[in-house]
Amino acid sequence: MRLSEHVIISAPRQLVWDYVIEPANALHYMSGVTRWEVQGARAKGLGARYRALFRVGAAEVGGLIEVVEFDEPCDLAWSSVTGIDQRGRWRLRELADDRTRVEFRLAYGVAGAGIAGLIAEAVAAPTMGRHLRRTLHQLKRQVEHEKLRADAARRRAERAKTAA
Amino acid sequence: MADPATIAERARRNGGDAAGGEERSSLRARLGPAAAAAGARRGLGAASGSVGHAAGALARVGFDATRILGKRLAEGVSERLAADLDDRDPDYVRERLPLTWLFASLWYRAEVRNLGNIPETGPVLLVGNHTGGNLAPETFIFTLAFSTYFGVERRYNQLAHNLVLASPLGPFLRRFGTVAASHENARRALEAGAAVLVFPGGDWEVHRPSWQGSRIDLAGRKGFIRLAIDRGVPIVPVVTIGGQETGLWLSRGDWLARLLRLDRTLRLKVLPILIAPPWGLDIGDLLPRIPLPAKVTIEVLPAIDLAEQFGPHPDVDEVYGHVVRVMQDALDSLAAERRFPIIG
Repeated sequence: MRLSEHVIISAPRQLVWDYVIEPANALHYMSGVTRWEVQGARAKGLGARYRALFRVGAAEVGGLIEVVEFDEPCDLAWSSVTGIDQRGRWRLRELADDRTRVEFRLAYGVAGAGIAGLIAEAVAAPTMGRHLRRTLHQLKRQVEHEKLRADAARRRAERAKTAA
Repeated sequence: MADPATIAERARRNGGDAAGGEERSSLRARLGPAAAAAGARRGLGAASGSVGHAAGALARVGFDATRILGKRLAEGVSERLAADLDDRDPDYVRERLPLTWLFASLWYRAEVRNLGNIPETGPVLLVGNHTGGNLAPETFIFTLAFSTYFGVERRYNQLAHNLVLASPLGPFLRRFGTVAASHENARRALEAGAAVLVFPGGDWEVHRPSWQGSRIDLAGRKGFIRLAIDRGVPIVPVVTIGGQETGLWLSRGDWLARLLRLDRTLRLKVLPILIAPPWGLDIGDLLPRIPLPAKVTIEVLPAIDLAEQFGPHPDVDEVYGHVVRVMQDALDSLAAERRFPIIG
């Protein structure tokens, strides 16, 4: 099953990128995620590995994932190493007026599970779709808030400079 | 059919009777001559042309056929019981996760909490309260939750009653890591570094009346504590509620099991009497039935490090009392959360 959702964020692409790739932020903006732990020495970038679990129905599903594409600040993709088969992708595209189009794709399944696997994927799809939408809305809210704080800090600095 | 020597070896490793295995193999060797003798007797009866002789020969053929069938059945059962730890197949478990997930999520609306209380690595003894009769929903729900949380790569075994492994589901359960309940099997699984799920209450607890669904009853069985002390592994209590609402258990029927001498012949201490679809009144819980879609909630409690909490030489009775108390406290909390039976 392949799901895809997108949102427009009123913030520059680099700011969104920096927020997305930081593993410590994952639990704050990713809906349904119960674990997002760095595995190994590399915390971010190509080859970084995470133990990621999502709560879907009766179980926390996921497993070990590895970043297989890291094209700053455009694309980040991961693929599963263990656990259920999954591929995820963040796709960031620059728009006018310092806005960014953020697309989140997730494909999942269990190879060899047969008809039951197909049914389970379809049954889980509405829940996963909700998680994707909520993830993007939370990301938008948090990044735009970050931008607001950054702008405020810049204005404060300018005022302080003028006063001096 | 496996090689007789292999069966005997497996039976010996599983704490079974190796001599029984040898006897079985010699019996099998004798089946050929018995069948040949039956054929010879058939020929003799036909040659004489006497009705009496023919009837006698037929009776003997019938007797031989019954004996052969009985022996083959016994061999099949003993082979299923002689489960090996290596029978667990992680790929098989992984491919069955979606089906298990569908049942757990849609039928039982299952919820498994605090799996993070299980140590990330190393052997651990998971001690659960058994619910829901012979279908025991918590067994496959917990297997699903454990396998998705830690990955199918982590070794996991659960111990089950002989009758469960001898059932038609036995071969499938063995691939999920289920082995016959014995001290020896549990010890070997822990030595291999597995997380081992045991239900000390066994058939006594699993068939308790439905109105005792929120009561821990491990039937005073303390073997799991001696095992944990011997192997130096932590005990992690796993508490389930809701299983006893998947049918209406009226009685354990322990008196019936004693009356029919099932306690001696099949290790069955109980012969439950319950009301469950589609049969209505069901005695023994041996026929396939449709479990009621009760909400099942499982909570994993913090690990108990016996040496840390009870010193270098823990007292078995004290540990047993502690384990039962913490499980009962957790079960009381889960029971207080439930508003209605079945609905949860």
